[in-house]
Amino acid sequence: MKAKLADRIATGAIIAIAGLIMAILAGLIAYLLFRGLSHVSWHFLTSPPQSFKKGGGIGPQLFNSLYLLVLTMMITIPLGIGAGIYMSEYAKANRVTDFIRLVVEVLSSFPSIVIGLFGLLVFVNLFQMKYSLAAGALALTVFNLPLMVRITEQALRGVPREQKEAGLALGLSKWKTIWSVMLPMAFPAIMTGTILASGRVFGEAAALLFTAGMTTPKLDFTNWNPTDPQSPLNPFRPAETLAVHIWKINSEGRAPDAPEIAAGASAVLIIIVLLFNLGARTLGRAIYRKFTATK
Amino acid sequence: MNTPVKEDRTAGDRLTRYPKHIREDWFGRVYVYLCVALMVVTIFSIVWFIASKGLNPFVSGAIGIPDLLLGHVWKPEGEPPLFGALPFLAGSASVSFIAAAIAAPFGFCAAVFMTQIAPKLGRTVLQPAIELLAGIPSVVYGFVGLSVIVPFLRDNFPGQGFGILAGAIVLSIMILPTVTSIATDALSTLPAGLREGSFALGATRWQTIYRLILPTTLPSLLTGIVLGISRAFGEALAVQMVIGNAPHVPRSLLESAATLTSIITLEMGNTVGGSLHNNVLWSLALILLLMTFLFVFIVRMLERRAKR
Amino acid sequence: MGEKAFFTKDLSVYYGEKQAIKKISMDFPSREVIALIGPSGCGKSTFLRSLNRMNDVIPGARVEGQIWIDGRDINDPATDVVLLRQKIGMVWQKPNPFHKSIYENIAFGPRYHGIRDKKKLDEIVESSLRKTALWDEVKDRLHRSALALSGGQQQRLCIARSVAVQPSILLMDEPASALDPVSTAKVEELIAELKREYCIVIVTHNMYQAARVSDKTAFFLMGDLVEYDTTQKIFTNPSHRSTDDYISGRFG
Repeated sequence: MKAKLADRIATGAIIAIAGLIMAILAGLIAYLLFRGLSHVSWHFLTSPPQSFKKGGGIGPQLFNSLYLLVLTMMITIPLGIGAGIYMSEYAKANRVTDFIRLVVEVLSSFPSIVIGLFGLLVFVNLFQMKYSLAAGALALTVFNLPLMVRITEQALRGVPREQKEAGLALGLSKWKTIWSVMLPMAFPAIMTGTILASGRVFGEAAALLFTAGMTTPKLDFTNWNPTDPQSPLNPFRPAETLAVHIWKINSEGRAPDAPEIAAGASAVLIIIVLLFNLGARTLGRAIYRKFTATK
Repeated sequence: MNTPVKEDRTAGDRLTRYPKHIREDWFGRVYVYLCVALMVVTIFSIVWFIASKGLNPFVSGAIGIPDLLLGHVWKPEGEPPLFGALPFLAGSASVSFIAAAIAAPFGFCAAVFMTQIAPKLGRTVLQPAIELLAGIPSVVYGFVGLSVIVPFLRDNFPGQGFGILAGAIVLSIMILPTVTSIATDALSTLPAGLREGSFALGATRWQTIYRLILPTTLPSLLTGIVLGISRAFGEALAVQMVIGNAPHVPRSLLESAATLTSIITLEMGNTVGGSLHNNVLWSLALILLLMTFLFVFIVRMLERRAKR
Repeated sequence: MGEKAFFTKDLSVYYGEKQAIKKISMDFPSREVIALIGPSGCGKSTFLRSLNRMNDVIPGARVEGQIWIDGRDINDPATDVVLLRQKIGMVWQKPNPFHKSIYENIAFGPRYHGIRDKKKLDEIVESSLRKTALWDEVKDRLHRSALALSGGQQQRLCIARSVAVQPSILLMDEPASALDPVSTAKVEELIAELKREYCIVIVTHNMYQAARVSDKTAFFLMGDLVEYDTTQKIFTNPSHRSTDDYISGRFG
């Protein structure tokens, strides 16, 4: 009887903890939205921040985050897919491969602040990029690359062997088989993983403090010439992202409405990250359904 | 027989000397090898650059390694300047271990729930929820910690609310997904017969879990915990926002403290490059780097044991 | 018996330490169907896969010996395996059309091999589909996904895909074992039709199928070629005891 009682208590406790985790998540999101959304308006989303006055917005920061994400992905995707193809299709079972696996593992374990510091040393100082979007994008690439490699490798391993063999048996070269037969089949999984990775990149701040910087110059959103220092598109200007902005106003915000701005910005950040998550999930499910329903 | 690619095509045009498929395979090989080489170069340059900066204070003889690791006074502007990093080492270690101590039972219970009690509910509700927790940016955790957990601690306990405990609570939620997903993987790869066999002997579910499942999956569970600690150890901004940033060895969990990451975050931007103060911050970064290698090493050891 | 399409000499395949195929020498005449039979694990599929060096894909697999096609040994390191594979089509147990349209599935190979002319490609698609008796079934939906076809249709599409690059040899690895009886019958008819142009090597676990479609039959056991003769002889008067045991069903 004692064992039965213990079983019941333990089961109850486990269910309670599962419930508690759900409650924490729900509470977290509800709190952020409840506190933040009342402050979110069109004005808030589009106007620049104020240092000492009320009524500042997050317009440039929002733009910086999105633009930096695009720049980062433009570098990360080709590199990550290339290295992922290597891991899945070219790597032989030997010491070199073991070593490269270790490299990927270590690279993905580095704290993002360390990657930011590396960016400061190499991209900002050595390559003389200064605090800039380009330096930030390179740092985020280092941060994101191992994940991208893993996503690609797993997606390619998910392609049935017969598909690869069918390509080879037709007399296609190995590369053509990978590129035109296997990658299209792995595409849904790569896409889903990339969107999830984008969410991670979008919210990253520690790697950016000392690479993309903590300031944004006055931007002229009518100027689309990427070489002009006032243009939002100039990759060599400093850019404070939304996540960095949240950190900065929390630690040194002087505006009287700093807590509200932090709440509003957090709400916006979390909504965008949720959208990335949801997007990846629905896309994955839709593609899965398309492939299974037609079979 | 079609021979679309003539092997005896006369040389002259250098590009067509080799058949298309051979050029393609060359291109492919060069491309993927370059990508991998770039990754390897990156990791070596990370180690090289941070180590050369971080070793500078010791090589130049400005301070000794024991001074840094064991000194418990951090007064970079003092006369003479003192660079004792013990407060930060203690801070980093205690927030990470406490965070792991909170997250481990939660993660294990969540994994048991998802694999043994309600797999369907687990897969459709709890799993996505935990994945979402993993997706929330660290500054958002920091913000919530600052505006919910710190005031709560301040109102209910002595002190200002900032400190190790606040940091550990925030971190425990942040590393919960890591711990949970590894525990779930370990539990779901258990041989099916194991559980049924135990039930058949008349054991209750709980007896099965803690006498059979917990011991067999322990190495994997530990792997998850170490990965969690590793993540917590390197986390910067969320911790920096709630820990209070006072550079001394804390005597209680509710007292303001600092970590390796928080001090780097705060002071790196405010020091002049090349100064001793700045260089010592790089030494702290080097410690973070070495800790990463240590964690990867431990994880590999544990994985090797789990495979057996 | 006509001319030789190709032959193997002392062909061995190893998976790691284990020898899966033991020094097999066989001649394959053109325009005939050769069935490879034997209990599962006897090496018949491994043997088939080594004929177009498909075992290269499998880590740890090692091939020794020679396979001569068109006066070249395909296991010679100097042989261009990509060019070689254009001459040898392959069909798998499970239909594996590309996740592309029906048209693309067939046009993909020829286009890669240098045929850019749209009209020419259309012709190849049509003739390949006609050869595999699919044309009338799919001509109105050439640009829809190949995955929408039935299993039997998919398998014939895969045969059409191989035929489109004009091979001289077709390798088939249990091509009908995943299909229903009606589709199986269609594939068998197709084999009888295609052997006018190709040397077809078919692996099958179905002895009736071997008896129905093949001209010659080879019986494999534990990596050895036990007996290789005309199908007639193998099924009526085999020389070996184990062959007799196998075809009369007295085998594990």
